[in-house]
Amino acid sequence: MIAAVSVTGLVKRFGQAEVLRGIDLEVPAGRVTCLIGPSGSGKSTLLRCLAFLEEATEGAILIGGEPLGFAVTPDGRRTRLPSGRIRAVRSQIGMVFQHFNLWPHMTALGNVSEALKTVRRLGRSEADDRAMAQLRKVGLQNRANLYPSQLSGGQQQRVAIARALALEPKIMLFDEPTSSLDPELTGEVLNVMRALAADGMTMVVVSHEIGFAASVGHQIAFLDHGQLLLRGTPQEVFRKPRHARLDQFLDTYLDRGAAMLL
Amino acid sequence: MTFDLGFIAQHLPEVIEAAGTTLMIWAAGAFCGLALGFLVALGRRYGPAPLAVLLGVIVELLRGTPFLVQLFLLYFGGPFIGLSLDPIPAGVLGLTCYAAAYYSEILRAGFDGVPAGHVEAAACVGFSGWQTIRRIILPEMAVLVMPALVNMTILLLKETAVLSIITVPELTMVTSAIGSESYAFVEALFLLALFYWVMVEICGHLGRFAELRLARTGLVAR
Repeated sequence: MIAAVSVTGLVKRFGQAEVLRGIDLEVPAGRVTCLIGPSGSGKSTLLRCLAFLEEATEGAILIGGEPLGFAVTPDGRRTRLPSGRIRAVRSQIGMVFQHFNLWPHMTALGNVSEALKTVRRLGRSEADDRAMAQLRKVGLQNRANLYPSQLSGGQQQRVAIARALALEPKIMLFDEPTSSLDPELTGEVLNVMRALAADGMTMVVVSHEIGFAASVGHQIAFLDHGQLLLRGTPQEVFRKPRHARLDQFLDTYLDRGAAMLL
Repeated sequence: MTFDLGFIAQHLPEVIEAAGTTLMIWAAGAFCGLALGFLVALGRRYGPAPLAVLLGVIVELLRGTPFLVQLFLLYFGGPFIGLSLDPIPAGVLGLTCYAAAYYSEILRAGFDGVPAGHVEAAACVGFSGWQTIRRIILPEMAVLVMPALVNMTILLLKETAVLSIITVPELTMVTSAIGSESYAFVEALFLLALFYWVMVEICGHLGRFAELRLARTGLVAR
C-alpha cells in the first residue's frame, strides 16, 4: 500500500539555521499522525513543508505517491515541477492554521464556498449547498451568515476546518489548531477532529494537546532540534521507560491533562 | 473696493466650462493614477528585484520634486526628447504620474497590511496568484487604504490648479484671468475657493460612503 504521505531526507534551512535535519516519515492512509515536540523543534515547519507553504531545501515529499513540488532525478538532483502539477498535488491536501486565517470580508458560508466557486468553478447554488453541508458537519449551519469577527475562536476554527474539507482533500493537516483557543473552546474543535478521524480521514496534526495525541493518534512522531527522535504508536512512544528527552518534554505537560500518561 | 459677485454672473458660462475641465482632468488623473499606482505597487511587491528597485527610484523622484517642476519639465522639456503634447494631455499625463507615485505607496502599505496567513489560506485551497489578489488581497486592503486614498484624491484635485502654468484652461487659470481683466481679484478667488471646496466635500462624502459600505461587511473588526 502506498503511504498517504511519504517524506524522505527532508532538510529545511532558513539562511544559516537548519530547522529540519533529514526527516524520514511515512503517514499511513486513514490514520492520524501527531507531531509533537518542544517549540522550535521543527514540527510546524515540517507540516508547512507538507502543505508546500515552505519549500524544503533538500529531500522529497510524496503525496499518494506523487512528488510534491520537486521531482528528484535518479542522480539525486531536484527540479521544480510546473505550477499546474504542483497545484494538482496540493489539491489533495487541506490545511488548518493556528490562527484560523479566515477571510474577514466573507461570511462563514462565503469562506467555505469561495474556493468551490473560484477554483472549482461551481455555480453559486451548488457551491453554497456543498458549503452548507460542510458547515453542518462542524455544527455551524446556523452561523452561516455571520462574519468571522462575529464568531468565537472555536467557531472560527470549525469554519476553517469546513473550508478545508469543502474541497474534499485526501489528507488534512492541522497546525496547532487549538493553541490560540481558550481551554473551554478547545474541546469543540478537538471533537470535530475526533469525528473526522473516526470517519477515516488521513490526518497530520501538530499539537500541544498530548492527551489528544495519545487518545486519537495512531502514530506519534516526536521531534527535537529538527530531528525525528521517536516514532511509533502512542503505546510504544509513551511506554515507560521513556526516551529521556521525551520524558523531559512531557514533564512540562503534567498540569495540562497529560497526567494519564504517567 | 466693494465685494460684488454680480459681475461673475456674466462670466459664469466660462467658469462652469473651466470647472468641467478641472473635473475631467482630475477624474482622468485619479483613475489612471490609481491604475498605474496599482501596477507599480504590484511590481514593487511581487516583481523581480531589479524592477522593484527601478520603480522605487522613480517613485522617490516623483515624490521628491515639486509637481510644478515636473510639469514644466514634461511640457517644456518633453519636446527635446520628442514628446510634444498639448496642454491638456500633458496635464493629464503629469497628474497621472504624480498621483501614481503617491497611490502606489498607499497601496504598497495596503498589501503589507493583509496578514500573510490569509494569503497562505488562499494558496492552500488552490487559488492562483491573480485569484488571490482579486478575491482576498484587494477586498481586505480596501478597508485599510480607503481613508488614505480619499485623502490623496482630494489633494490631487487641488494640485490641478498647478496645471494653469502650462496654460491648461482649468478653473484656476480661467478664474484668475477673469480676475485680472475685471480687477475683481477677491471675488474671483473667492469663487475659485468655493468651487474647490464644494468638489472636495463631494469627494469626501463619497469616500465616507465607501468606508461605511466596507465597514458593514464586518471587515473593520478583525
